[in-house]
Amino acid sequence: MSQAEDIETVDEDGVIESVSGPVVTAADLDARMNDVVYVGDEGLMGEVIEIEGNLTTIQVYEETSGVGPGEPVENTGEPLSVDLGPGVLDAIYDGVQRPLDVLEEKMGTAFLDRGVDAPGIDFETEWEFTPTVDEGDTVGSGDIVGEVPETESITHKVMVPPDYEGGEVTSVESGEFTVDEVVVELDSGEEITMHQEWPVRQARPADTKETPTVPLVSGQRILDGLFPIAKGGTAAIPGPFGSGKTVTQHQLAKWADADIVVYVGCGERGNEMTEVIEDFPELEDPKTGKPLMSRTCLIANTSNMPVAARESCIYTGITIAEYFRDMGYDVALMADSTSRWAEAMREISSRLEEMPGEEGYPAYLAASLSEFYERAGKFQNINGTEGSVTAIGAVSPPGGDFSEPVTQNTLRIVKTFWALDADLAERRHFPSINWNESYSLYRQQLDPWFRENVEEDWPEVRQWAVDVLDEEDELQEIVQLVGKDALPEDQQLTLEVARYLREAWLQQNAFHDVDTYCEPKKTYRMLLAIKTFNDEAFDALEAGVPVEEIQDVDATPRLNRMNTSDEWNEFIDELESDLEEQIRSLY
Amino acid sequence: MKEYQTITEISGPLVFAEVDEPVGYDEIVEIETDDGRTLRGQVLESSEGLVSIQVFEGTGGIDRNASVRFLGETMKMPVTEDLLGRVLDGSGQPIDGGPEIVPESREDIVGEAINPFSREYPEEFIQTGVSGIDGMNTLVRGQKLPIFSGSGLPHNDLALQIARQATVPEEEEGDDEDGSEFAVIFGAMGITQEEANEFMDDFERTGALERSVVFMNLADDPAVERTVTPRLALTTAEYLAFEKDYHVLVILTDITNYCEALREIGAAREEVPGRRGYPGYMYTDLAQLYERAGRIEGKEGSVTQIPILTMPGDDDTHPIPDLTGYITEGQIVMDRDLNSQGIEPPINVLPSLSRLMDDGIGEGLTRGDHADVSDQMYAAYAEGEDLRDLVNIVGREALSELDNKYLDFADRFETEFVEQGYDTNRSIDDTIELGWDLLSDLPKEALNRIDEDLIEEHYREDTEEAEAVQAN
Repeated sequence: MSQAEDIETVDEDGVIESVSGPVVTAADLDARMNDVVYVGDEGLMGEVIEIEGNLTTIQVYEETSGVGPGEPVENTGEPLSVDLGPGVLDAIYDGVQRPLDVLEEKMGTAFLDRGVDAPGIDFETEWEFTPTVDEGDTVGSGDIVGEVPETESITHKVMVPPDYEGGEVTSVESGEFTVDEVVVELDSGEEITMHQEWPVRQARPADTKETPTVPLVSGQRILDGLFPIAKGGTAAIPGPFGSGKTVTQHQLAKWADADIVVYVGCGERGNEMTEVIEDFPELEDPKTGKPLMSRTCLIANTSNMPVAARESCIYTGITIAEYFRDMGYDVALMADSTSRWAEAMREISSRLEEMPGEEGYPAYLAASLSEFYERAGKFQNINGTEGSVTAIGAVSPPGGDFSEPVTQNTLRIVKTFWALDADLAERRHFPSINWNESYSLYRQQLDPWFRENVEEDWPEVRQWAVDVLDEEDELQEIVQLVGKDALPEDQQLTLEVARYLREAWLQQNAFHDVDTYCEPKKTYRMLLAIKTFNDEAFDALEAGVPVEEIQDVDATPRLNRMNTSDEWNEFIDELESDLEEQIRSLY
Repeated sequence: MKEYQTITEISGPLVFAEVDEPVGYDEIVEIETDDGRTLRGQVLESSEGLVSIQVFEGTGGIDRNASVRFLGETMKMPVTEDLLGRVLDGSGQPIDGGPEIVPESREDIVGEAINPFSREYPEEFIQTGVSGIDGMNTLVRGQKLPIFSGSGLPHNDLALQIARQATVPEEEEGDDEDGSEFAVIFGAMGITQEEANEFMDDFERTGALERSVVFMNLADDPAVERTVTPRLALTTAEYLAFEKDYHVLVILTDITNYCEALREIGAAREEVPGRRGYPGYMYTDLAQLYERAGRIEGKEGSVTQIPILTMPGDDDTHPIPDLTGYITEGQIVMDRDLNSQGIEPPINVLPSLSRLMDDGIGEGLTRGDHADVSDQMYAAYAEGEDLRDLVNIVGREALSELDNKYLDFADRFETEFVEQGYDTNRSIDDTIELGWDLLSDLPKEALNRIDEDLIEEHYREDTEEAEAVQAN
């Protein structure tokens, strides 16, 4: 949370009237909606969420044990904002953008103490600023005025804050500066530093929103191959516990070809966040070979951290994502999980004794969800650059029942749906994304990209795979009744091919060094190898070869080893020619 | 300390009193009744002039003349290493007739969240000696792995077996010298006297009591007290782990009773209920218990949690198991069918899961082939399980040879791998070797999840056939 400027407008302090968990009521407080306040003797951070007569209701971002009526409430007069500037990447924040490493240092303990605040970016560090404008140039709001090498892989663009008017540049500095030193001055009297603040609940302005046509390549075969998402698109991953939501989100955060990744751990497990914190600095970006952390911002508000901060962490994340979008980057935001966020809203709402909507969720649940996902998209920025924010939200439906309000309201907005399936997870088919239930509405607008960048017949081959899997789904119903051997031979063969599609292609081992990331060309090539088997096998069947003999061909089990093969091009070439030869030798 | 005689309303476990001085949220309250009893409670809501108090021991015997004292502090647990070997009631008072507890420190029972940045990722294998867990759903230090059970299932036997057998290989159990002892904290919430006896007898029989702290809230103890018991247990656990370098195993039973108590309080406060009448904040509340497991960087000790819950109607979509599953790092599921077949322990590995397994096993931790073997057994068992439905319709003869092998595998898996009895302690080596025994009944080609080199190394060729070949 921002501490940059001292509180200039000293507002009238209030007094606590009542305390109930994270909800505190104060009397005589002069405040606006969504102002940030400091509550009680310990100065716990909170936000104004309701004003009624002389009473102000505050949600407090920290534990309120021991806080009682009569203690003071101090208003900062500012809405909840994030600090933006160099230093946001490679950082780990809680839900209100306090850096967790700094908190540990300040508190001197591994446990999160109360009443300690820390700014989102370090005000002491000096950054190398190189201007991209000269004196006499005219700049407008949002325009880029200079660059800072923020991390190994990312150049931070310093911009005129969107709420500035702009004007003619009167002086430009170059060299090492801290984030609140002025680097560019304008004739309008506006001074530009590397630091800006932005209220989290307000979307940063952009010119126009465009139709996305480039996929966010994830290196996950089922996603790239069957259900691709666009850069600037939205996706939901709903699934019961244990079905692999978090692993899928981690895989996306690791391998997606975005420039920047904002990972929001919203109400999830502490150990999982630790895994991310420990793993990411060691992992390499497959594109650049640089540490993944240097393009990543982590927001960790675990399930036992205060519920109000959980409500705000999603907004903190998307605001940071928008900031990098404004620089012209493609940003991917993963939110795990939006259900916890919705539950935080429900909890606060019920403490406020608001009239509940469906299943106790507040009536504004749908509005809040769509507001969040609408902040994603491919944008023409106000400074003329193009950037995108891709939003991928995990959903944790109670009991795995997709008819519950959070899943349903999310599905009405997002265009990609990756349905996780407990049944698949139980048999350790990972990623356990159900290919019959999932969909992507981006397929068509992304096809030209795949044709051009991967292979001309990508959409056709994909359609072949979809058809086989569909057919298998229908055949399975019959198999359940009469057994596989009662089917005609061609259908038995279809089942065999579908099995390879499932086991050799759709399954992907996130923990295997090679298999964890599969480039689109390999995804295509593997699929084509299975299709080769399919075509050869059906030719043989037509020539009268019994289906068992075709199945028992020596080379077929190697289809299952394609995924882990390093030298996949040679491996698959050889496999294909062996398949051809061995199957043809049967007739 | 201010004393009032201003009770205005008594409703269920709640007491409302007027005050003229501010009282802190969550503060501890003592209520003295006419007959001289002192009851303890906690401030649930504090507003100018009025507080609502939740009374742990129940509100029976309180009248409007009872006097209310606010102690000016939130609830604390007196902690000391000497707690080991002691038996306390659900609100932390000794009931074993032993000496009074002289605390080294008094810790807030709510506990603060561990900074995710300060945590250390758990990856040290705990050998429980139970194949269904070690082989298929490995437990690691600092994990929270609940047992999802149902009424009438032997979850207690399994919990006791784990408490008895759990060790970290290459480290002698109870090794006093290196200060890395293994302590058990047992938090009972609303269990019957009989169940309690079962636990106590076993603790005494095996000498485990010496390294245990027992908190007992029995079925006839006040329900509200149950909301405090696990917090006392976890506060003690954190103290032993992070101040005294113990590796602590916390067993909490039964979480279902805990949640019932939450619901009772919620109803008494006339809160807007969430699913099935449980309060909307139950997720947060449970998270505040479960998340107190873990490891901290730079600290020797660890807190590992095994909460036990009985799923109402064996339904894992019920809010209690559902919310638990979203917080904990997996679950061990007990199965009624396996139990009636006499499998001990009746662990159904298919819906069971350990999320931290992948990092806790492998070369140097367990064995290099562990992951592949476990994967393959999952797949083969799932396949066999599927085929069982089919067999009922078409009969075994209609199935292929391979399918029949899968069926046999599934049977052997249950009766030889999962079944072991509550007194058998299998080493991880035994468990994995047993896995290879079973897998070797399947043809090599069917083992598509195992690395080829490992198959060469461990696959048991059919001995008879091999001999036959030699004879020729």
